[in-house]
Amino acid sequence: MTKYRFKDRITPSAGAVAIFSLAALSWSQNALGAESVTAVSWGGSYARACTKAIHEPFTAETGIEVRMEDYNGGLAQIRAQVETGNVHWDVVDLEMADAVLGCDEGLLEPIDAAHLPPGPDGTPAEEDFFPETLTECGIGVVYYSTIYAYNEEKFSGSKPATIGDFFDLEKFPGRRGMRRTPVVNLEFALMADGVPMKQVYATLDTPEGVDRAFRKLDTIKEQIIWWEAGAQPPQMLADGEVVMSTAYNGRIFNAQILEKQPFVVVWDGQVLDWGQTGIVAGTRNLEAARKFVAFGARTESMAAIGRYISYSPVRRSGTALISTHLETGVDMKPHMPTTPANVARALHSDWEWWSDHSDEMNERFSAWLAR
Amino acid sequence: MAGALRKPQLRAAALVLPLSAFILATFVAPLVTMLTRSVYDPMVADTLPETLALLHDWDGQSTPSEAVFETASREMVRAREDRSLGRVATRVNRVESGLRSVIMKSARRLHRVKEVDSWREAMISIEPEWGEAKTWRAIQRAGERITTRHYLHALDLQRDADGSIVLQPPQRRVYLPLLKRTLAVSLGITVLCLLLGYPLAYLIAHAPPRRANLLLLLVLVPFWTSLLVRTTSWIVLLQTEGVVNDTLVALGLIADENRISMIYNMTGTVVAMTHVLLPFMVLPVYSVMRTIPPLYMSAAASLGASFPQAFRRVYWPQTLPGVGAGSLLVFILSIGYYITPALVGGQSGQLISNMIAYHMQQSLNWGLAAALGSILLGCVVALYLLYDRVVGIDRMRLG
Amino acid sequence: MEPPVNSSNHPHVEFEHVSKSYDGRTLVVRDLNLSVAEGEFLTLLGPSGSGKTTCLMMLAGFEAPTSGAIRIDGRSVHDLPPRKRDIGVVFQNYALFPHMTVGGNLAFPLEVRGLDPEQIRERVRRALELVRLGGMEDRRPGKLSGGQQQRVAIARALVFEPRLVLMDEPLGALDRRLREEMQFEVRRIQRTLGVTVVYVTHDQQEAMAMSDRVAVFEEGRVEQVAPPEILYEEPERQFVARFIGDNNILYGSVVGVDGDFCRVDVGGGIVKAFRIAPSRLGDRVAIAIRPERVSLAPKPGVYHNEFDARVEDILFLGDHLRLRLTVCGHSDFIAKIPNIVGHGAVLEGDQVRIGWLLTDCRSLEAPGQE
Repeated sequence: MTKYRFKDRITPSAGAVAIFSLAALSWSQNALGAESVTAVSWGGSYARACTKAIHEPFTAETGIEVRMEDYNGGLAQIRAQVETGNVHWDVVDLEMADAVLGCDEGLLEPIDAAHLPPGPDGTPAEEDFFPETLTECGIGVVYYSTIYAYNEEKFSGSKPATIGDFFDLEKFPGRRGMRRTPVVNLEFALMADGVPMKQVYATLDTPEGVDRAFRKLDTIKEQIIWWEAGAQPPQMLADGEVVMSTAYNGRIFNAQILEKQPFVVVWDGQVLDWGQTGIVAGTRNLEAARKFVAFGARTESMAAIGRYISYSPVRRSGTALISTHLETGVDMKPHMPTTPANVARALHSDWEWWSDHSDEMNERFSAWLAR
Repeated sequence: MAGALRKPQLRAAALVLPLSAFILATFVAPLVTMLTRSVYDPMVADTLPETLALLHDWDGQSTPSEAVFETASREMVRAREDRSLGRVATRVNRVESGLRSVIMKSARRLHRVKEVDSWREAMISIEPEWGEAKTWRAIQRAGERITTRHYLHALDLQRDADGSIVLQPPQRRVYLPLLKRTLAVSLGITVLCLLLGYPLAYLIAHAPPRRANLLLLLVLVPFWTSLLVRTTSWIVLLQTEGVVNDTLVALGLIADENRISMIYNMTGTVVAMTHVLLPFMVLPVYSVMRTIPPLYMSAAASLGASFPQAFRRVYWPQTLPGVGAGSLLVFILSIGYYITPALVGGQSGQLISNMIAYHMQQSLNWGLAAALGSILLGCVVALYLLYDRVVGIDRMRLG
Repeated sequence: MEPPVNSSNHPHVEFEHVSKSYDGRTLVVRDLNLSVAEGEFLTLLGPSGSGKTTCLMMLAGFEAPTSGAIRIDGRSVHDLPPRKRDIGVVFQNYALFPHMTVGGNLAFPLEVRGLDPEQIRERVRRALELVRLGGMEDRRPGKLSGGQQQRVAIARALVFEPRLVLMDEPLGALDRRLREEMQFEVRRIQRTLGVTVVYVTHDQQEAMAMSDRVAVFEEGRVEQVAPPEILYEEPERQFVARFIGDNNILYGSVVGVDGDFCRVDVGGGIVKAFRIAPSRLGDRVAIAIRPERVSLAPKPGVYHNEFDARVEDILFLGDHLRLRLTVCGHSDFIAKIPNIVGHGAVLEGDQVRIGWLLTDCRSLEAPGQE
């Protein structure tokens, strides 16, 4: 009896140890069970496309939960998180220039392209991605472009067709929507002013060129309503607040197809760019984030986005996979910015020029706005 | 005797100790930090110390020596490895736009280069900018540990090729016009506050006590209301589809398509800020007016002065301490005002403080933000000294 | 702007049935009739709240009469604002403009009249010399003593050469010595310039010392207007008798009337007095006797009134003795006895004989006395 009793007896300290280890076990299991990544993107219809095309299949495949957050770009929030050590974003969709800047300043984790999934035919990722879409810390996702669109109902006679028409208040009177940033707007202004596409950035490289771009913007300044979030332009067009607006082509597409809005996209002078995905340096969910990014880098994932919104894959193997809009069956090819007919008059955004000049241009842009 | 005196003094000092500590921590320290940041930036100096040391002997015009190239490439590659090069490149780029990519690209390429005959040739072949003196001057300038470049930038000044300070060409000036405008708008708001607040204060000061209390309450209630609520109310009133425009359209005074833009521009900023700052004018002026016996006006009348004469020569001069205090207060508050212009200023109604916020939060150019802030602080101090000189600060009456 | 020449058939200032009420119910000035002659120094005397300052303010134009008319040089000033009345006002607290120098204060009324600077400087200099403050032009009022400020205030009220100057308790804030000095000063200036002065005070000595005539105010009414000596010697109302100097007041009822005289039963005896109030037999009256007119141990037959009295206490006041007596059952009867040989031998508790002349004893109406 005594013997058993002795054996059964649990000392207080042993009990405490047991409780603590149990607690520790349950905590770590909990952490494993609730593994998740926070993905930050541009919101609106693009975010919805990503959720359908990537987040949901990713969770189904890996069990890792994906939390969505929206933002309007820029590195400020990421920098604040990294510098204060309070990182709660894991994966972020970035503009090209920001992806490079963020990488240079150590705000983003380097991503080894060798670990990315190969194309469906086995082509290594590094060869399958279009040039420049892979950077040290960023993986290209889709091509998108900034175009301008107009509300067809607002123009009974001739319709806007060229980038020059956007700046022609006499022919096409009415308010214009533009994104509140110098990016793309300066390019538009120069192209509208007659600068050949190939010389747009060379022109911007000179002080006179920048002055010329601002002078061109001056001609319509009074009529501009500025937008910040990608979801605004379709709304502004629909409300009649503006007769035409610069916009991301996918947003206009969604408004045309899903809401049957009488919007027309003008492809002339479109500024073609591609989104980048990066991992915020110092994230606590690094492994999950890497898995998530690798999943998104699959050709199939990119092509899947293209079934919800008119953005096309940045992998060569993806072009063939462009098909129809999943909900309506509309053929996506005429709506993709990279479709040969559309890309003929496209300006490729020079992210490097912007990473060099964004500070200076932002400053001038704010001063110009305030004038 | 001395000891007996010192004890209560010590006790008194101990009582204000928490306050002193609070002020030190929340006011003096940030102020010092800000002033420091506006002139002190060790990032580039710490990252490229040897390059900068070698550049010290450079004539500033020719292509630097091979040793400079060799050291620079070594330090850049090392900085790239510990990820500090991006921040260096950002700073150099602020001195000379375009050098960010030159530095980053070169470091990326140089990383792979192990042996070369001439580092000079190698770097220039990567980026021809390395062969230009202005690139190196930019590095030199960004490498100043203690620097005036933020102040130059904040005042739209720049150094030309031979190092003398010149004003930016007009179309590239950003801050001077904004500063001028901020001062002009603040002056305008101060004048508006005075025009609106002075008669109001006069009314309150000369009303029977019960009505005076009611009027004072009407001035104070908005004062106690959240700034955001008040600003938002102005949006409701003044926007294109707002109450004022609706009323004007309903009355047939303006056509529906010609609604007046009264908000998201300078008008919005001025209207909302005048409203927000009005109590700061009314209260000091009122408190001074209350101390002026009505007898003076009677005396002036008995001496043959008409009301305007008596007002101008007798009443007005005696309210000057309150007018001075109120104007100084309103002016100082408005040159640093941020929230209201941000909410209702749209594009054209932005003030210098919004630019400071932009550099604090968006471009993260804290050195420039600090310099702009210090210039603003300098304006306030200058104004205070001017006031002291002209009116005498001991005559200022805040209420 | 030449001041209208005063035609001799009009007094300089006239109050005609003037009443004033602030709240529409209580009258602070009741049916005031008063005239002031050119060059006269008239003092409005009365306790605080008796309406004298209100009269002054109505005259200056800061208050409007509720009824009645105020005339200056025979013309109603009802529609004339203060600034057009051309009246110099010296306020109770001087009301010197603190932000101007002494010179600036004095120049102010001249500047608003558009005089040229040279003239202004000369007039300011003369005005300051008049009040013996020559060369003080650049001082600030705040840096001056009370007396000096007072002089500046007077100089400012005179500098634009008004023919009428109003002064509202101008010496109230000064200490006694300075006040007495200033009384002479004000009088001197008034005589020098020959201006009409209407002066308000509650200090009867001041009123007596300075005025040509004094109007005694009580509860919004003028009780008596007279030169100081008359006011003292011949008060017509009980209030005046009490207010101006000391008076013993005995109450009683009329038991005999004989032309200008009457006999009054004051309880312990019959007093013969001048019949001022038109009283009849049986009326209650008040008898006023000046303490200094009471004689101790009078020669029998000389005085019309003789009584036995008991000395209650004695105050030695240097030049005179002040006795408190019980006479005819009245215990507060005061007698002032000159401190001369032969009058020093009175002791407390003594029974004495006192007397006074019929002419020093006035029977006045006794309102509210049963």
